[in-house]
Amino acid sequence: MSETGIGASVRRKEDVRFLTGAGQYVDDITRPGQTFACFLRSPHAHATIKSIKTAKAEKMPGVAAIFTGKDIAAADLGGLICGWMVTDKAGQPMKTPGHPLLALDTVRYVGDHVAVVIADTQEQAMAAAEAIDVTYDAKPALVNPADAMKKSAPQVHSDVPQNLIYDWELGDRAAVDAAFKKAHHVTSIDLINNRLIPNAMEPRAALGEYDRGSDSFTLYTTSQNPHVHRLVMSAFIKIAPETKLRVIAPDVGGGFGSKIFIYAEECVTLWASKKVGRPVKWTAGRGEAFLSDAHGRDHVTHAELALDKDGRFLAFKVDTIANFGAYLSTFSSAVPSYLYGTLLAGQYSTPAIHVSVKGVVTHTAPVDAYRGAGRPEATYVIERIVEEAAREMKIDPAELRRRNFIAPDKFPYQTPVALEYDSGNYAGALDKALKMADYAGFAKRKAAAAKQGKLRGIGFAAYIEACGIAPSKVVGSLGAGVGLYESAEVRFNATGGVTIFTGSHSHGQGHETTFAQLAVERLGVPIDSVEVIHGDTGRIPFGMGTYGSRSLAVGGSAIVKAMDKIVAKGRKIVAHIMEASEGDIEYDGGTYRIKGTDRQMTMAEVAFAAYVPHKIPTDEIEPGLDESAFYDPKNFTFPFGTHICEVEIDPATGVTAIVKFTAVDDFGEIINPMIVAGQVHGGIAQGIGQALLEAALYDPKTGQLVTGSFMDYTMPRADDLPNYDTAHTVTPCPHNPLGVKGCGEAGAIAAPAAVMNAVTDALGRHIDMPATPMRVWQAINKSTPARAA
Amino acid sequence: MPQVSMTVNGKAASVAVEARTLLVEYLRDHMRLTGTHVGCDTTQCGACAVHIDGKAVKSCTILAVQCEGAKVTTIEGLAQGEKLHPMQEAFKEHHGLQCGFCTPGMVMAGIDIRRRHPNASEETVRNELEGNICRCTGYHNIVKAIMHAKM
Repeated sequence: MSETGIGASVRRKEDVRFLTGAGQYVDDITRPGQTFACFLRSPHAHATIKSIKTAKAEKMPGVAAIFTGKDIAAADLGGLICGWMVTDKAGQPMKTPGHPLLALDTVRYVGDHVAVVIADTQEQAMAAAEAIDVTYDAKPALVNPADAMKKSAPQVHSDVPQNLIYDWELGDRAAVDAAFKKAHHVTSIDLINNRLIPNAMEPRAALGEYDRGSDSFTLYTTSQNPHVHRLVMSAFIKIAPETKLRVIAPDVGGGFGSKIFIYAEECVTLWASKKVGRPVKWTAGRGEAFLSDAHGRDHVTHAELALDKDGRFLAFKVDTIANFGAYLSTFSSAVPSYLYGTLLAGQYSTPAIHVSVKGVVTHTAPVDAYRGAGRPEATYVIERIVEEAAREMKIDPAELRRRNFIAPDKFPYQTPVALEYDSGNYAGALDKALKMADYAGFAKRKAAAAKQGKLRGIGFAAYIEACGIAPSKVVGSLGAGVGLYESAEVRFNATGGVTIFTGSHSHGQGHETTFAQLAVERLGVPIDSVEVIHGDTGRIPFGMGTYGSRSLAVGGSAIVKAMDKIVAKGRKIVAHIMEASEGDIEYDGGTYRIKGTDRQMTMAEVAFAAYVPHKIPTDEIEPGLDESAFYDPKNFTFPFGTHICEVEIDPATGVTAIVKFTAVDDFGEIINPMIVAGQVHGGIAQGIGQALLEAALYDPKTGQLVTGSFMDYTMPRADDLPNYDTAHTVTPCPHNPLGVKGCGEAGAIAAPAAVMNAVTDALGRHIDMPATPMRVWQAINKSTPARAA
Repeated sequence: MPQVSMTVNGKAASVAVEARTLLVEYLRDHMRLTGTHVGCDTTQCGACAVHIDGKAVKSCTILAVQCEGAKVTTIEGLAQGEKLHPMQEAFKEHHGLQCGFCTPGMVMAGIDIRRRHPNASEETVRNELEGNICRCTGYHNIVKAIMHAKM
């Protein structure tokens, strides 16, 4: 292994710019003559708009323009779309209520966009927005997804009866019902998967600019997938054809899913730049981010697991209500269906599974993919019920899992819920985690804690995820409006350096380093001579972007494919120059050798010969050394692992301390172990946040977001979290060139279940997330009447 | 508009700004020092931390006029040419950053923590970091970097 190639913990190439304040995030960019946008947002969760009076605001200092929904409609702009058409269990397409860029006659959540002011300064735009006079007729609001289908529930959209977007199912209900009849034991559980607010540290921002000379637009925006933004803004919003629209996502300060989606603010900002004839910048305040970023999770679930007398799983059935919020965000419909239901086999060989999901709308912010997207929800259901079943049947939870794992010799394994797992060794990860967590010593530690008056608990999560999304044909058959391949261009420059253009987007993942390591390994160039370019539709051929832990498995595979083309072309060049047969030329790490001789050419020499083609027949071999590739994955990848959490609860305060967190993950081959560990740490922190701290709460009567700031929404902080013990097993992915799977979401997928299994073990009863000190204290005191009295 | 003068990263600065201008706006909008970031509006996240006369201060919560005559150091002022400050070096070495947005505030806070606690324990660092939020790293490597920076 070279010091900078595959497998090395290379320190990140991008770090110096971030550490010296030289990063360029959208809000750091200033364009000549730029104006500032401020969006007027609805203070009501549900209201009709009687009138919007802008005359006074228009006369205020610095105001360049004010636009409302009527102006957008007059300009014939399209509305926001949901790009995944899910078919319900009756074979009918899901409901797709309209989502205007600015509200027309109804507002449907607190924070819904009503108007925009463009002014010379931010302060002037804000002041004028406050001077707009809107008369609302407030209506009753619907907040709780469990209430959405009740007859008394307010209707969010007139064309969505019962607020039901779809009633979707997957699996064989008859087989499940038959298996339950034969069950020795049935475990049931009711779970709430708490609503979360992603809170990437950089708030969303957009800077739109129109150039009159070329009649074209440039948008700088906080996006995980700028090409998807360009596609949607062109084809559906109809701002400009793709040829006249360049979308740049420069340095982006975290995404976690929330920056995948196409939002109203960036569309309006871009469109308005032509209307006012000056660049328009909009940067969300944190309060706006809380109100208007797409939220995550928000499921209500009832699940039942049927077991035989030995604890073998016979069947599993799951009923879930999923909250979409007021409108269908870009990929929302796929999250509680194809990214959730299909994962419900987990690591287990359960022969019959059925899942039913009712996706509903409510008067809350839109809900869409957030780190893990569907898979944390699935893992939470599976791993909580398996843990409960173990407790009820008095079988060791590790042993119960082991008894039901899909055995390593059963792969490829077809689950009853559509996916075909390609590889796995689940007991291997479990065993390693048990050892690292010193599971054998837990009983002693629990007894010692009890002597100190503390409650100790231990909990497992043996998770699986489907990453590397996804084979285009498969997702197309399931209703996706796009293909989920990735593109790359690899340019070996005449003077030796390599530029990699990738359709993946880095917003913290370290692609500039990981992808450069691929070039070191495959092309034999020094890492400092590799430049990775991403996030600009003007420079990158195309791209589907970064989400679903797909960048290395799909984007990296595209890069490798392009590099293979470079190497193949180089071989032809060498054959001509050396007058050898291509079959006699060996290639390894940047050097071509003629078999059995000491004659060789380096890739740098080949590149020079390609760009100064004096010695090659240019009618047979084109000059230059620059290759593109699109890679469409053959299957999902299936990372898996076991996380074990050990907690200690102080019954006097209800405070849960995580005393040990062990994560054993199998991501297949690993390019940069340091970066992978960092991804796992961050994911676990978000998972612990969901389990112990975070909840997006709306007032059930008014629909106001109660947790609308960092003062109210509990972000995990350094003193809330432990260190993490991380390790790996390696089961390479069999169907991509690098054998990699993806690591970005595992922590967020596994941790909530592991933490809550530990908390409920300590408490001896179920409680819902987040297990805040208050909830824990109440749980303890209800179950111990002596104390409560 | 008051003329506000201070020393920023060792250089004299003097700008006429509205009295309500925050230090972070003075730095970002008037000095074009965009390394200092704004991550919230409630003084919680610490992305905007700078040093005022050697102490870490959230620049979103102090008016520029309050810094009249002060010595302000931002993330741009730490490195000596190509040579990174030991805290910057430690963040790189220990992978204490991912998206980079909270990083300037973390580095500025980290330097101040070690100034006050030269041999800070993990517990001290975690407690002291309570006013800085990171969403990417889970803090594990940030804590390591601050503890192990060769100050």
